[in-house]
Amino acid sequence: MGTWGARAPPLAVAALLLLAVVVAAQDTERIEGSAGDVLEDDPVGRLKVYVYELPTKYNKKMVAKDSRCLSHMFAAEIFMHRFLLSSAIRTLNPEEADWFYTPVYTTCDLTPWGHPLPFKSPRIMRSAIQFISKRWPYWNRTEGADHFFVVPHDFGACFHYQEEKAIERGVLPLLRRATLVQTFGQKDHVCLKEGSITIPPYAPPQKMKTHLVPPETPRSIFVYFRGLFYDTANDPEGGYYARGARASVWENFKNNPLFDISTDHPPTYYEDMQRAVFCLCPLGWAPWSPRLVEAVVFGCIPVIIADDIVLPFADAIPWEEIGVFVAEDDVPKLDTILTSIPMEVILRKQRLLANPSMKQAMLFPQPAQPGDAFHQILNGLARKLPHGKDVFLKPGQKVLNWTEGPRGDLKPW
Amino acid sequence: MMKSLLPQSQLRRSSVATAARSAAGGDGSAADGGGGGAGAGAKAPASSTFWFLLHALCCLISLFLGFRFSRLLFFLLFSTTALYHSTTSSSSAAVLRATTTTTTTTTTTTTTTNTFTLSFAAANPPPSNPANRTALEAAAAGADKGGTSGNPQSHVVVGRHGIRIRPWPHPDPVEVMRAHQIMERVQEEQRRWYGVKEPRQVLVVTPTYSRAFQALHLTGLLHSLRNVPYPLTWIVVEAGGTTNATASLLARSGLTFVHIPFPDRMPHEWADRHATENRMRIHALRAIRERKMDGVVVFADDSNVHSMELFDEVQKVQWMGAVSVGILAHTGAAEQPRLSEEEKQNMPLPVQGPACNSSGHLAGWHTFNSLPFSGKTATVVGEAAPVLPKGLEWAGFVLNSRMLWKDAEGKPDWVKDLDAVGENGEEIENPLNLLNDPSSVEPLGNCGKKVLLWWLRVEARADSKFPQGWVIEPPLDVVVPAKRTPWPETTTELPSELLEDKQEQDDRRLSRANKSSRPRSTTKRQGKEN
Repeated sequence: MGTWGARAPPLAVAALLLLAVVVAAQDTERIEGSAGDVLEDDPVGRLKVYVYELPTKYNKKMVAKDSRCLSHMFAAEIFMHRFLLSSAIRTLNPEEADWFYTPVYTTCDLTPWGHPLPFKSPRIMRSAIQFISKRWPYWNRTEGADHFFVVPHDFGACFHYQEEKAIERGVLPLLRRATLVQTFGQKDHVCLKEGSITIPPYAPPQKMKTHLVPPETPRSIFVYFRGLFYDTANDPEGGYYARGARASVWENFKNNPLFDISTDHPPTYYEDMQRAVFCLCPLGWAPWSPRLVEAVVFGCIPVIIADDIVLPFADAIPWEEIGVFVAEDDVPKLDTILTSIPMEVILRKQRLLANPSMKQAMLFPQPAQPGDAFHQILNGLARKLPHGKDVFLKPGQKVLNWTEGPRGDLKPW
Repeated sequence: MMKSLLPQSQLRRSSVATAARSAAGGDGSAADGGGGGAGAGAKAPASSTFWFLLHALCCLISLFLGFRFSRLLFFLLFSTTALYHSTTSSSSAAVLRATTTTTTTTTTTTTTTNTFTLSFAAANPPPSNPANRTALEAAAAGADKGGTSGNPQSHVVVGRHGIRIRPWPHPDPVEVMRAHQIMERVQEEQRRWYGVKEPRQVLVVTPTYSRAFQALHLTGLLHSLRNVPYPLTWIVVEAGGTTNATASLLARSGLTFVHIPFPDRMPHEWADRHATENRMRIHALRAIRERKMDGVVVFADDSNVHSMELFDEVQKVQWMGAVSVGILAHTGAAEQPRLSEEEKQNMPLPVQGPACNSSGHLAGWHTFNSLPFSGKTATVVGEAAPVLPKGLEWAGFVLNSRMLWKDAEGKPDWVKDLDAVGENGEEIENPLNLLNDPSSVEPLGNCGKKVLLWWLRVEARADSKFPQGWVIEPPLDVVVPAKRTPWPETTTELPSELLEDKQEQDDRRLSRANKSSRPRSTTKRQGKEN
């Protein structure tokens, strides 16, 4: 009886903890990826980033010329710069920095319709790298292996919107050793360099927050999608756009009442997503899209139709457990696939999506908040530390070929 | 990611045109399926002109036939073996293989009946391919990441794909059922997470009496109550005793109800009617106490309109709560009270409800301001004048039924015992009289900011006739016209002499007024055959 009294308090504490865990587990579940339970890690103290001071023609002047850069889906590069300037992991002493950041906005040359033109981006990037390699010794020390760049364009550092051209160009030769932070991700693709960090595209967090409906609004739409199925302007015959997957969705399910799909863009787009159980996220010209971010924020299970896609923060977020992956060949069977998912699996996915740290990891709020996409990027960079032996080059060793690439890229900017 | 880029489409067109011209690398790209010839096109200028001529030939054939003739057929017919071992162009770095898919697919442009999926292993060529000199290879053999030479070939191919359509693209009923079951379960889970944790029964107290508008009001209230997602009991107190009409309406409602008779008849004056209704409500509360009914008591007058949020909000009440009520003192008459601009500015909102101070506690009450209506309000039920509430209306209060029980756990001492109320014949004006301390009332609905129901009194004249139970049982043996009919002519028969005389008077008056157009007003009445 005496030992019982001694053991009672820890037992009570354990019982309380168990109760807390059980109660918490009812609503949300902790999210653990292949790298472990790292979504809520704090990067402060784990790495130091030095931000190069580039002339404003590489960053501020571009934004001043066209402020649409701040709200389109490629705005992550600008906001990352702003976040790093005032972050606690920034260091003003480059000698103690683990990573070096070059603030060059390569996706800010917009057409009148707001689409970024990538034709000058290789030259801009090259010019920036030439600048930092001449001003500071840190680039030549490692030929960029401890530098990271944010390249949120369609195919990342391949700098082209058309996939064949992008593959043909490949990753910019000067960036071959650097770490690329990009939205594009596809397995075994030229434009996804090994060691890259995939991030979600920028979606305006304030705009999404203003369209929230009460969470008890019943989800009465089974499958929801709004967007193009055929890109008649660029692919009039069909079969190219989205590798035919979007067209297949339309042809197979336009008459299916369970599928609320159309090309209309209604003003209640965000509210409708919150009333849907599944949201389709098919590939377009590139496999990624802001739809994934919207689906996660609004608690709609993303149905990802993009073969071999690499989703954002794939080592921190177990996407297999959160979204539904459908092969492009299986699109005609989409309704069978979705209705035959077991109920517990669907409820578990909704629980995972309801986890606030999941939603936070997909957003770029200003000012930055703990657990948001900025911090996930830093966590990803921190997980790559310490640098391997082959990062630092021996004196006189040269790896990169500065004259490589199409002739047009070599022109100064 | 969807875009519509004009320059891109131009690029495509120009690239097709230059496909033939692409010699050693450069910009020749595998722009479309037939342009896989670009891969071969780089082999030699001769073959590139060959493809150009082929393209021209296909265009001519298409013109002739009237639909687009795909070069894919030519490509496959003539080039399978040759291209199988193609060392690729330096430009696209692609190994071409033509495979036919087993699924029958149709493109939306119904030109080609068969489409073939061409696989372009464009991502990473096998390392054995020596002809590559592009950045592609350099990337694959990246110096810092040694050991990536064995890159597995990607299964995802760039280029034209067939659009897969299954033979019967229509919903399967079993799957539709399953989808609905999924949605039901998801919604149940949503309610469990975000909805009320332990829904309590709602006890709705409604005083009513038989009159022309009773069916209208009760039907509306009935439909509102049927939509309440919580267990509900409707306690209907009827003045003048229970009637069959009301009983049958309640029975058809599908709700759980308790029909309680009240011995007194409903008076015809508004003030007396208010008092009688109050007594009827107390009578209902006593019934709740006797039967020990458990739940939240909501006072729903039959002519009021309730929102669904009201019933969600009242689940939060601890002992006694107050909600904001929109007071609709409608003016049935054509004349509106003339208000000066200043009066219009200072006109308070027609809302009765709790008023909170900055810390969210009850500080007072908003009541309806009857000053603008002074002197012009209705005194008799059915009069065409604004009907105003008297003081605080019961509709704005909700109670926990345990407050009414003789003994209940945790019953606060600021609640009077129900038996002690009304003993000495005093009038219970509003539910605050049930309390010793009215400051303990909980304000609901975001501290009264949200108006959750509307108070309205719409009644017909007290002497209006209507068929009992709204079932017309012929014959109608007595038809009594109302004092003033809107129509000048009358076609009804009048059995009594008194009425006949009155009618003649009316006729004469009317004939004098409508000399020109109403000769019929003096026609004889004809006895109706039954």
